[in-house]
Amino acid sequence: MSLKATEVKVGDTHEEEVCRNLSRTQIVQYAGTSGDYNPLHSDEIFTTQIAGYPSVFAHGMLSMGMTGRMLTNYVGDGRLKSYGVRFTAQVFPGATLTAKATITDIREENGEKIADIEVSTTDEAGTQIIKGKASALLD
Amino acid sequence: MAADKFPIEAGHIMMFARSIGDANKIYYDADYAKSTEPGATIAPPTFVQASAQFDPNYFLRPKIGEEWFGSAKEATGITKQEGSGGGGSGGGGGLHAEQHYVYHRQVKVGDVLTATSKPGKSWEKEGRRGGKLMFSESVTEYRDQSGELVVTATSVGVRTEKPATLV
Repeated sequence: MSLKATEVKVGDTHEEEVCRNLSRTQIVQYAGTSGDYNPLHSDEIFTTQIAGYPSVFAHGMLSMGMTGRMLTNYVGDGRLKSYGVRFTAQVFPGATLTAKATITDIREENGEKIADIEVSTTDEAGTQIIKGKASALLD
Repeated sequence: MAADKFPIEAGHIMMFARSIGDANKIYYDADYAKSTEPGATIAPPTFVQASAQFDPNYFLRPKIGEEWFGSAKEATGITKQEGSGGGGSGGGGGLHAEQHYVYHRQVKVGDVLTATSKPGKSWEKEGRRGGKLMFSESVTEYRDQSGELVVTATSVGVRTEKPATLV
């Protein structure tokens, strides 16, 4: 399941479609599990009439969570040392998202082999919605 | 985010994994989880965000007996409040700009974490469509029952003068 230092090299990539045609129901599902019930994510009336957005939109943390799934599928369960992102565009219902990891460095830290990873998630129009970094323990 | 007790429960992890579309059996099947390298049901990497459920004062959850700013019969239940947020996204113009985690060890079912937050840096920037963007950091430390640091979370919130093009 985990990546081996002898098998990965700088420039290697891993890509997954992490959501197709994002539903409002999935956004509601995330509100329920995360506890973030901000009406901007589920309440179209409040969001359009009071907040002034064109539509409800996904929690940034939902996009980060879905992108994290690509990472854990790639590096293995319990292997992440760090994971951080910047939310670069909003994600609206109907979005199809593809998350990509690129190995940028392989290094040793305290006797452990660590891979540094660049993270990028884009929507169906190619707009980047997440730009981030992660690091993971290698075998 | 602040919580005196954030119990890590299998059912909560299962539902959280479903909500992010993660079908990995480590989050659903305790017997399978025992056979994996972590040897137990662990939490997905962004799960500690759900400590909001255990923060008694979390602004973005309707409170029993209190008005809620989302729509009911009218477009908002109350007059829009100022000063929402707390590092996350707020209904009153505050949004989530960045989130960073450092994992000191994996969060596992059975852990009872505490979460304590303190403010970090703050800065300002001109927005792409004009108007000032005001960024502020909040650093949350999640510690286990023996006081050991498990996850450090840094959230960057942004407040805008008009609806932002950020999440």
